[in-house]
Amino acid sequence: MKREKAHIIPPAERAHPDLSTGKYLVMWQGPQHPGITGNMSLRLIADGDTVVDCETHVGYLHRGFEKLMERRLWMQNFPLVCRIAVPEPDFNEYCYATALEELAGIRIPEKAVWLRTFSLELMRLASFLMWIGGQAGAFGHGTIAQWSVTMRDYVLDLFEELTGGRIYHMYIIPGGVRGDIPQGFFQHVLDVLKTVEKNLDDIELVMFHNAIFKLRAEGLGYIPPEWIDQYGITGPNARAAGVQRDLRKDLGYLAYPRLDFKMITGTKSDAYERAKLRLLEMYQSISLLRQIIDMMPKDGIFRGKLPNPLYWKIPAGETYVAAECTRGEYGFYVVSDGSDKPRRVAVRGPSYTHAVSVMERLARGTNIADIAGLMVSLHTYPPEIER
Amino acid sequence: MKEKSKPAPLANEGLPPEERGLFCDAAPREYAPAQGILEDFYNWARSQSLWVLGFGTGCGAIELRPLMTSRFDMYRFGIQPRPTPRQSSVFVIGGYASVKTLKRIVRSYEQMMGPKFVVALGSCTINGGMYWDSYNTIKRIDQYIPVDVYIAGCMPRPEALLAGFLELKKIIREGKAEGQNEYARNFDWYKANQKNVIKDWNMPDYNW
Amino acid sequence: MNDMESALAERYGAWNWHDQRPDLASVFLESSKTHDALAWLRDSEGYRHLSFATAIDNIERNVFTLTYTLRNHEKRHSLIVHCDIDRGKPLMDSIHLLWGQAWTYQREMKEWFGIDFPGSPRVDEEFVLEGWAGPPMMRRDFDSLAYSDATYAERPGRVTHDPAAHMKAELYPEVAE
Repeated sequence: MKREKAHIIPPAERAHPDLSTGKYLVMWQGPQHPGITGNMSLRLIADGDTVVDCETHVGYLHRGFEKLMERRLWMQNFPLVCRIAVPEPDFNEYCYATALEELAGIRIPEKAVWLRTFSLELMRLASFLMWIGGQAGAFGHGTIAQWSVTMRDYVLDLFEELTGGRIYHMYIIPGGVRGDIPQGFFQHVLDVLKTVEKNLDDIELVMFHNAIFKLRAEGLGYIPPEWIDQYGITGPNARAAGVQRDLRKDLGYLAYPRLDFKMITGTKSDAYERAKLRLLEMYQSISLLRQIIDMMPKDGIFRGKLPNPLYWKIPAGETYVAAECTRGEYGFYVVSDGSDKPRRVAVRGPSYTHAVSVMERLARGTNIADIAGLMVSLHTYPPEIER
Repeated sequence: MKEKSKPAPLANEGLPPEERGLFCDAAPREYAPAQGILEDFYNWARSQSLWVLGFGTGCGAIELRPLMTSRFDMYRFGIQPRPTPRQSSVFVIGGYASVKTLKRIVRSYEQMMGPKFVVALGSCTINGGMYWDSYNTIKRIDQYIPVDVYIAGCMPRPEALLAGFLELKKIIREGKAEGQNEYARNFDWYKANQKNVIKDWNMPDYNW
Repeated sequence: MNDMESALAERYGAWNWHDQRPDLASVFLESSKTHDALAWLRDSEGYRHLSFATAIDNIERNVFTLTYTLRNHEKRHSLIVHCDIDRGKPLMDSIHLLWGQAWTYQREMKEWFGIDFPGSPRVDEEFVLEGWAGPPMMRRDFDSLAYSDATYAERPGRVTHDPAAHMKAELYPEVAE
């Protein structure tokens, strides 16, 4: 049996320039830095303006989730689980709840399926809005952040009306969702979506036709298509390279098979194309939300009956549930040994590969001033790397 | 006037011997307030220009971002984010602090110029919050650096943050925001607590 | 996926194939054959995407169970490959040449479980902990609460009631002690 040789340069290879010559400067784009998404640091070695080597240091947000989850009952883990990926908590809840339902053999009612899809798409929109502010701000374009974070605030107000919390919702629980749609809620949603769409048109005009943004972002952080499988790159980073991969279509979970949307792909994966693709996905989220509101059943229960959560023992088994979050494939690997506490819950965040392996490769040869823009264009969030 | 004897220099044990002389070897000292109405004026000025250090230590940082937009608008209160500790006067600790982050928090706090204040967000800084049984998060931030205002919540809303900042202004105006002097007074106690938790201490004892 | 099941059993002696969902299956392998099986799955069978690699501490059986989750995008199928290694002497072949992100997972497993992957680049570097002097913390015999109580000072005044005992004392004081 002939096995092909692996066609990759060993990823962890570092450049070791001779630091005693005085030609290189070692610096930390460290945790205390306004140009870092979250709390992570990059140890850069620069020769003049060009970065020669980059090392990602994570662990500043390590709270030991996976250990803590083993000490709590299945239901007690819900408040913990949302805080793993701070800007997008709903995907954690969805993956964990679905894993529990699969292991315990619970089916959720029809309305809950639609409500969950609604919650996930709204979360995608809010997360993208926060991201685009960061991407423009990394190149000095501060206006976009002011607009998009305000729009995101309107979306968070919707979440507050629906679930009671702005950032952490704890809305998706096993058996369904926690509450039904309040009176007049969908009219608010449609108004907000109209405002957001108009604002996205403004953002597109101001950001993507801006000469400086085009100059700096085009060609930055180019990911060749061969890397997609070699490094396990998923999400808009992969789709921008032309690879047709979207878990909402591939897995067909929740109500996505019944919705009408096309996979958006680009031609080459550099910072400009990725930003353009994410903007188009924002428009797609808005259209999906409108479809969901149209097609959602008007009546029906929103939560099935659960056994007593204090004494709930889930049969032994294991499963891996994945969802398409804004950054890529978000997965939960849950193992149960038949008791009332989990045996092992492991979280697969997309930033795991993007921020460590891919970032270290891409940062070589980049200008120091563009490192922040490069990191934001990969859309990395440290909390899901170190849990 | 009697000269107060100088305190012993700090032994920067965490650094290699050839580098110890390069860093600060004096412990921080207390600052006495000015006399009467001058101190009131200074306190008024300090309370109206609170420059926040740009360090998103934890979850709470995500609710600092909406404050910069026009809906909540912290700029009208005189609050502004700054990129470096040398230019900031308020350190907002956004939530839980893991041991690795605590080391950087201590380093940034000691590098800030006085008068400096600390605002602690979230219940994780008060008693550990929901990570109370974690091996990597500390349970009381005021064992390691002095805190002036706590804002409870998980996480606090932007309105709660603004209310906390208004409380901080009130405390400063009254002359009660003495975190920096408390740190200098009890420097040995704070340092012992920090070194107890931060196992690889490879920085000076006082990061000025 | 019956042909996959029989092919794996024939080539690498796999056992315990289980279809969890139409698009998810799991299988057990010997730890010495796992590297070759993963390479074969990647090159010839189209499971080119490594979703996840982690370990489970099965302290009762004195083994660590390593799990590799692979995905075939064309066929839209995921496969979880398990293998057991001895808990007393945890060593495993490194797969860092098969996938570009595997070295990070292996570095994490070394720090969290103590499983060594000889040859994996930078496997001894600290990943998320700094200056950690304790045992690998994801092992089930490491008590996180005891460590936390011993190391980090607590704010006094925290009081915990068992709900059942508390309500019993409140509602039926003559019955409760």
